[in-house]
Amino acid sequence: MRLRKKEALKLFEKEDLLTLGQMADELRQRLHPEGIVTFVVDRNINYTNICINKCRFCAFYRSEGEKGAYVLSEEELFRKIEETLAIEGTQILLQGGLNPSLDINFYTGLLTEVKKRYPSINIHGFSPPEISHIAQKHDLTLRETLRILKGAGLDSIPGGGAELLSDRVREALSPRKIKSSDWLQVMREAHRLGMWTTATMMFGSVETLEDIVDHLDAVRSLQDEAVLGNKGGFTAFIPWTFQPGNTELSHIKPATAIEYLRVLALSRIYLDNVKNIQASWVTQGLKLAQVALRFGANDFGSTMLEENVVASAGVCYSLSKEDIIDAIKNTGFRPAQRDTHYNLIRYF
Amino acid sequence: MMLSRAIRKIGEGKRLSPEDALLLFKSDDIFMLGRLAAKAAEKKNGDRVYYVRNIHVNPTNICVNRCRFCAFSRSKGEPGAYELTIHEILEKLREKAPYFDEIHIVGGLHPDWPFEHYTKMLKAIKKEFPYAFIKAFTAAEIDYMQKISGLSMKEVLIKLRAAGLDLMPGGGAEIFDPAVRGRLCPEKLSGRRWLEVIREVHRAGIKTNATMLYGHIEEYRHRVDHLAKIRALQDESLQGKKGGFQAFIPLPYQPKTEIGGSAPSGLEDLKCIALSRLFLDNIPHIKAYWVMLGEKLSQAALLFGADDLEGTVMEEKIAHMAGAGTKEAMTEEELKHLIRKAGKTPVRRDSFYRKIDEAAQKRSA
Repeated sequence: MRLRKKEALKLFEKEDLLTLGQMADELRQRLHPEGIVTFVVDRNINYTNICINKCRFCAFYRSEGEKGAYVLSEEELFRKIEETLAIEGTQILLQGGLNPSLDINFYTGLLTEVKKRYPSINIHGFSPPEISHIAQKHDLTLRETLRILKGAGLDSIPGGGAELLSDRVREALSPRKIKSSDWLQVMREAHRLGMWTTATMMFGSVETLEDIVDHLDAVRSLQDEAVLGNKGGFTAFIPWTFQPGNTELSHIKPATAIEYLRVLALSRIYLDNVKNIQASWVTQGLKLAQVALRFGANDFGSTMLEENVVASAGVCYSLSKEDIIDAIKNTGFRPAQRDTHYNLIRYF
Repeated sequence: MMLSRAIRKIGEGKRLSPEDALLLFKSDDIFMLGRLAAKAAEKKNGDRVYYVRNIHVNPTNICVNRCRFCAFSRSKGEPGAYELTIHEILEKLREKAPYFDEIHIVGGLHPDWPFEHYTKMLKAIKKEFPYAFIKAFTAAEIDYMQKISGLSMKEVLIKLRAAGLDLMPGGGAEIFDPAVRGRLCPEKLSGRRWLEVIREVHRAGIKTNATMLYGHIEEYRHRVDHLAKIRALQDESLQGKKGGFQAFIPLPYQPKTEIGGSAPSGLEDLKCIALSRLFLDNIPHIKAYWVMLGEKLSQAALLFGADDLEGTVMEEKIAHMAGAGTKEAMTEEELKHLIRKAGKTPVRRDSFYRKIDEAAQKRSA
């Protein structure tokens, strides 16, 4: 039975962590009865940190000309991809700031060149704020922009930049970033083009419980559309917590472990049409990510060979592929490497 | 089903047998274990979660034992070896004074320090910081002091008490099973000796904690054996007048040591907390030691039977040298926040779990 918004609110307010966890765990088991926990081997490549959005929760961005500002050279990019392939990586997560000096040819050039040299690698790239930025710069529609990028080699789109899909919260955290409806529209168009994407949610800042439920509902509704369209859609939902360190909002206390687990469980319960839920070891640490596997999550995310954004906010958990395999095994689940589309590649 | 019998026993408030505990350890229904343990914790401590303003002091890492799970110890003269003079210890404490109610002192078994060094240390600390309770020396250290002093255990304890020792921590227990212990820490006092020492300590009217290091090479049955021995000793001690275990502290193995391997999973940590609460019906408190569990797991542990979050600690070396990725200190505000967000009531306690009434303290100041 699908939960309505009101019911979700009531459930969250009324039930304790263990009840929510058990409900989520049963649903996870129903969707993934094989007892497998997946992960992807990939590298996070941030092609530039120059960004005009300057979100208040971000410690990664720089202005053009500022000390530490960079655009990655092609050589560096290729070296990073080769290192990824060397550890049997299947995907690069290519994301960056909204850099006003880069035009669409930069992006298509990059995609074409990468695909030419490394045809096997999946390019999981450009979150909705980037797509929207490129479209605006060239006065293109989102659909045209996506079609051009897809044509050049873009395979799938990461769900970053969703933050909290409430314009009130966005106004407080990231006033210059695209609005909720824009984020959803990029994903809608991508799904219509047959592309697969993920959805994220950054919580634990200034949102209310209603905002969280609205966010989940927006993701579920869009997934309903995608399923009807019978093309692309969301492969996974990834909730994580706001990391206030080194940002303008460092006075906000980060969400605690119990709050994380509760929202994770609610996500599993509410999103009946999104098959995979990722645990966020990057923000929660290894041990809590293991616990998350019994509170609704079935995927351990990625090896994150290189992670710059969360690390800039002072949180740096780092794990090797072996660490991740071990961590999953220790919880009694069977670890399996997957590709971007959640096809299993290899058991461990 | 055997398991349902164990669950029924808990419902009826009956004591679990070791067989029951083993079945519960083997169950992967963490929700059931969590609920039962949380209920047991509530019965003992309501919705209170305790913390103490404490400071950890490790006088030396030079140790005649070289336990394989320990990354802290050094031999004399080895790089990284250190020993603090009494003066240096006082200096360290002065830096943080008066923001602690308890001083926690444990360290290596130094080959050259005479017994008098320890009593001098306690006296000097007590003299300068009379308002703080001194919780010092594991059974391993006490056992060593007896050996180097040539005194009887009773005499050692009398002298330590006279010098200022108020209570003892619970370290050095590791895991009692002789075969496992032999592989982990062959030079350390045996499990049997640990229990003997603590028995005498309790008889002398001194309160202690108890620990268990788990998640390395042991099996569930070794944990159950360990818990059973602790519970049996507490039964004995409670017959006496004053001593006994105040808290039990399950310590997850930290893998950056000679033994290597990986740490127990977060789920295993929660299970171990829950089982400790359910099995140890005669020990008032179960502590989630955030230094080793991490603050996130420690908070989750509060919903799995733990009612004590250790304290501010201020500086921690032993777990951190074995790879604990946690911070070295927590503020009182951070501790309270974690407790409140778990839906519990934070209680600042003294070393004997008495509530410290800050308002009253201010009035008397």
